Amino acid sequence: MTVEHRETSLFGDREVALVDLLDRLLAGGVVLTGDLTISLAGVDLVRVSLRALITSISPAEPTVPLAVPSERVGDG
Amino acid sequence: MITYLYAVGRDLGTLPDVGSGGVGGGELRLVAEAGLQAVVSDVEREAFEDLDAQQEDLTWLAAVARAHHGVVEAVGREHAIAPLALATVYLDDDRVRSVLRESREGFTAVLDRITGRDEWGVKAYMRPSGASGGSGSAAERPASGAAYLRARRTALREGDAAVTEAERAADEVDAALAAIAIESRRHPPQDRSLTGRTERMVLNGAYLVDRASAEDLRALVDRLAEGTRLDLELTGPWVPYSFAGGGA
Repeated sequence: MTVEHRETSLFGDREVALVDLLDRLLAGGVVLTGDLTISLAGVDLVRVSLRALITSISPAEPTVPLAVPSERVGDG
Repeated sequence: MITYLYAVGRDLGTLPDVGSGGVGGGELRLVAEAGLQAVVSDVEREAFEDLDAQQEDLTWLAAVARAHHGVVEAVGREHAIAPLALATVYLDDDRVRSVLRESREGFTAVLDRITGRDEWGVKAYMRPSGASGGSGSAAERPASGAAYLRARRTALREGDAAVTEAERAADEVDAALAAIAIESRRHPPQDRSLTGRTERMVLNGAYLVDRASAEDLRALVDRLAEGTRLDLELTGPWVPYSFAGGGA
């Protein structure tokens, strides 16, 4: 059995996967009513469409790292 | 210019250096009121006025998400902060001050809940059913259409059973993690097209854990990985995004 561990950059400097980030950004955080009404109703659509974004950016592109180097902390 | 609100904290002091600045490269600053400080930057109003259209521009959304996260994380590394939902904007700093006044209790409750704690993510994937053997070899080819349908039906039933079993195992993993967490929450499993993995994701959990218990959590994940047929993936520590909702 394996555990892959991806460090977010809180205590390391690894990039986080965009899809993990969006899980949290779109479903988490303190929700206040802003001055410009912003509907995130299209969230699910955004998630699904993300594939297009993820595949459109080459893994070799250094400025927008979407793939996270993973570290195995256990192996079995 | 309008004011983009990233996070709210107490006693933030000075802002850390966030190399690339905020959303759109704007310079970060603090807006203080009612014993709270909001981390904000100026953004172009036009970019946020028609966000529905912007959302279709996923590159824009990703850039905003990364900039938002970059700020939240840089500040969150040193201080307890309540991150705001993505793209919360106000017309000016005075509006931010009034929001801090109005929502003071809510922010205080969220900050009390997350101070000294981090969020960890644990995802679980079904393992590929390696034992069931290859398919499509000449020797296994069914002799008739009826035989094919029978075999197919059996395969589907076995597949369903495997998913049910994996989901049950995921519930157990989740329960064990929730037991050492202050709070836990399950995000919807990510679609295969997003994970880039062929295995089905059966758990996408978030756990709010005391910083002092981080090693316990890692050890527990290792132990759970030994005892389950799922592949586990640990991410974190995260600023507690998943546990800041519903507060203010």
